[in-house]
Amino acid sequence: MYPRAFDYLAPETKAEVLDVLAERGDEVKILAGGQSLVPMMKLRLANPGTLVDINRVPDLDSISIGNGHLTVQALVRHKDIVDSELVVTENAAMASAAPWISDPIVRNRGTLAGSVAHHDPEGDWASVMLACGAQVVAESRDGGERVIPITEFLTDMFTTSLQPTEMITEVRVPRYASRTSHEHAPPRGGGNYQKLERKIGDYATVGVATHLELGDDGGISKAGIALTSVHPHNLKVTEAEQLLVGSHPSDELFAEAAQIAKNACTPASDIRGSAQYKKHVVKVLTERGLAASLAGAQA
Amino acid sequence: MQITVTVNGTEYSADVEPRLLLVDFLRSDLRLTGTHIGCDTTACGVCTVLLDGTPVKSCTVFAVQANGRSIATVEGLKQNGDLHPIQAAFMEEHGLQCGFCTPAMMLVGSKLIEDNPSPTEDEVRWAISGNLCRCTGYVNIVKSIQLAGKMAAAGSDS
Repeated sequence: MYPRAFDYLAPETKAEVLDVLAERGDEVKILAGGQSLVPMMKLRLANPGTLVDINRVPDLDSISIGNGHLTVQALVRHKDIVDSELVVTENAAMASAAPWISDPIVRNRGTLAGSVAHHDPEGDWASVMLACGAQVVAESRDGGERVIPITEFLTDMFTTSLQPTEMITEVRVPRYASRTSHEHAPPRGGGNYQKLERKIGDYATVGVATHLELGDDGGISKAGIALTSVHPHNLKVTEAEQLLVGSHPSDELFAEAAQIAKNACTPASDIRGSAQYKKHVVKVLTERGLAASLAGAQA
Repeated sequence: MQITVTVNGTEYSADVEPRLLLVDFLRSDLRLTGTHIGCDTTACGVCTVLLDGTPVKSCTVFAVQANGRSIATVEGLKQNGDLHPIQAAFMEEHGLQCGFCTPAMMLVGSKLIEDNPSPTEDEVRWAISGNLCRCTGYVNIVKSIQLAGKMAAAGSDS
């Protein structure tokens, strides 16, 4: 299988990338890991006239601590996230999801920023980003920098609010509030990604991302739940999040939140299971994910 | 587009179309046919090569992306007429049947034992989880990679 012919550019500075986007806009696709884009081009589902390879742009591949968040730059691979000690202490949902992204060889190339930009409705990262409330930073030559909340960034399946002249430079993933104020404080937060898959490398049959933070009184101060592969797009379960915030954690509360998640999703019956089965799995995995997140927050 | 790629230590220059896949550059242009094509959709892993030492699926990388970089394929494992420990171990443990997935399994295995000379069974299975084998049930592949780790460690001691 072969893509249609395209122009290939491999600039060595970010400014040059932004120039190409400013001049060619719509017909350009950015090539980072290429683990979704290249297969789509080979299947002729994507036919960019120009491919801008950003792999030669320096200083785009680090994970660092920013102001209240982790900064994950555009060329950070899934494998870098799996190996990152920083991610383990600062955002457990992300650390828990990383080893379940596709397979080890794809993880060597694919990037978090690319996954978010691609916005496959069955992708795992978008759920994790929705659950913990990430922000996407986009930059263009003429418009400068734009910080976009993930809920506004992901507009519909395979569609985002990224403009044709913009590139994602980084994704900002929240750190736990307690650690933002005191570097050595316990996280008082936890997160988790539960993924049921038929085999490694397959899409999730069901995926559930959860994120919890506790206040001084042990009550829930922040909560996030988002589902993968059970709705036309990654589904943030706002009603369940609202139920959790302000309450004290308990098995009964988590069961109630999980029931809301189960009711909110609209899975399709397919080769991976019936709709009824997937709904049941959403409930089970949401309860498990919340319990694991709480255990992390109380550790 | 003019590219220069180092493959198994030898530098090759070629004028290629940007859409030429790395796997076809290796197989058709360089006639290094040890790298196989299986699913052609980033699923099976038989086209795996090492790009600057890291396993990648060469059906999902364009040859132009390898410009100025180093590629290792199965043909480069043997050194000075001696089998690489991973090759000797696959022979010893009978780590293959039809052989179609073997070049990729050996490259992934060689990278694993370089980082971790005595991997557990779980660690090996995890490392090769992006590579499909339809014959062996993986048992002898796992044994081969573990043996290769021991052989490489013993070889570097002597």
